[in-house]
Amino acid sequence: MEKTITMKQLFKMILLGFLVLTSQAQAADYVIDTRGAHAGIQFKFKHIGISWLVGRFNTFEGEFSFDEQDIAKTKIVVDIDVTSLDSNHAERDKHLRSGDFLDVSKYPTAKFVSTGVVDHGEGKVTVFGNFTMMGVTKEIAIESSMVGMGNDPWGGYRAGFEGTTTLNTKDFNLSLPPSNQVELSLYIEGIRN
Amino acid sequence: MILLHWLVAVTVFAMFAFGIWMVDLDYYHAWYKKGPDLHRSIGVLVLVVMIIRFTLRMTNPPPKLAASLSTWERVGATSVHWMFYVMILLIATTGYLITTADGRGLLVFDWFEIPAVTLDINNQEDLAGEVHWYLALVMMSLASVHGLAAIKHHLIDKDRTLLKMLGK
Repeated sequence: MEKTITMKQLFKMILLGFLVLTSQAQAADYVIDTRGAHAGIQFKFKHIGISWLVGRFNTFEGEFSFDEQDIAKTKIVVDIDVTSLDSNHAERDKHLRSGDFLDVSKYPTAKFVSTGVVDHGEGKVTVFGNFTMMGVTKEIAIESSMVGMGNDPWGGYRAGFEGTTTLNTKDFNLSLPPSNQVELSLYIEGIRN
Repeated sequence: MILLHWLVAVTVFAMFAFGIWMVDLDYYHAWYKKGPDLHRSIGVLVLVVMIIRFTLRMTNPPPKLAASLSTWERVGATSVHWMFYVMILLIATTGYLITTADGRGLLVFDWFEIPAVTLDINNQEDLAGEVHWYLALVMMSLASVHGLAAIKHHLIDKDRTLLKMLGK
């Protein structure tokens, strides 16, 4: 059986294809601007129960897809180079990277892969996803909000978000006395592809 | 000079044991902070004493080795002696590079601070720490060979090598 395509059918197909493409284009893909360092991942945990110790991961990368019209479809993936830990004190960094804590020679990377997003309106969302650290994967929730979105002065288009989550480090077999909790904050600016 | 030899000998072994002890201290241990501070300060002093010893060695003829030594024993003994100067310099330098990796200086007691040099080595403290540890192991091996050789001279060869080092 031979099938021939009429001009009308061809036109329909092109039109349909065009519609599909444009609807997908609305869910734009963004690359987190780590090259320009317009993004940061900070951690903080209690020091001897008296104050906060703040540090960051200097090296990470990630991307997200975001559609203003359908925020629940947002997806994000972030890879963290745990060896890039920086608490502004070399000997403490060395200790935190050692087998006593993060054991980075065995677990050099951490990863977050979103599984779903709940839109609370007014730019507030909860991003659920699997966080892998020290070889353990756990579902976590990152309370996030949009900071801004729009054209940048150099011909690109950007979107910025911030999010915070508190990890129970024991879930990842990490002992971090006295609280065994670490608060992670993500500040990400994505450049639209 | 003999006194300086024994001073460094005792300190180097003590620093090795102390170093191993202090890195495994619990964070809440009273010596967690004091230990490394002391280790760093003493390390700098050991280097200073070794520089003094090196200067004295270069300006004074060393005592003659026992006549009974074979050629390989002479070469072995002498090269181990020179290695000690090199090892102490390297161990002190790598220790300094751990402490100063973030650009902060090294505090010798509360007397003075040695400023940091910026080398832009990624995770310098980890690399310097590894090297510091392995150099310390080599140092301990060399020092043990050196010490055992002295005891062998005393007990087996029954010569005066060890006695001379005890000032007799």
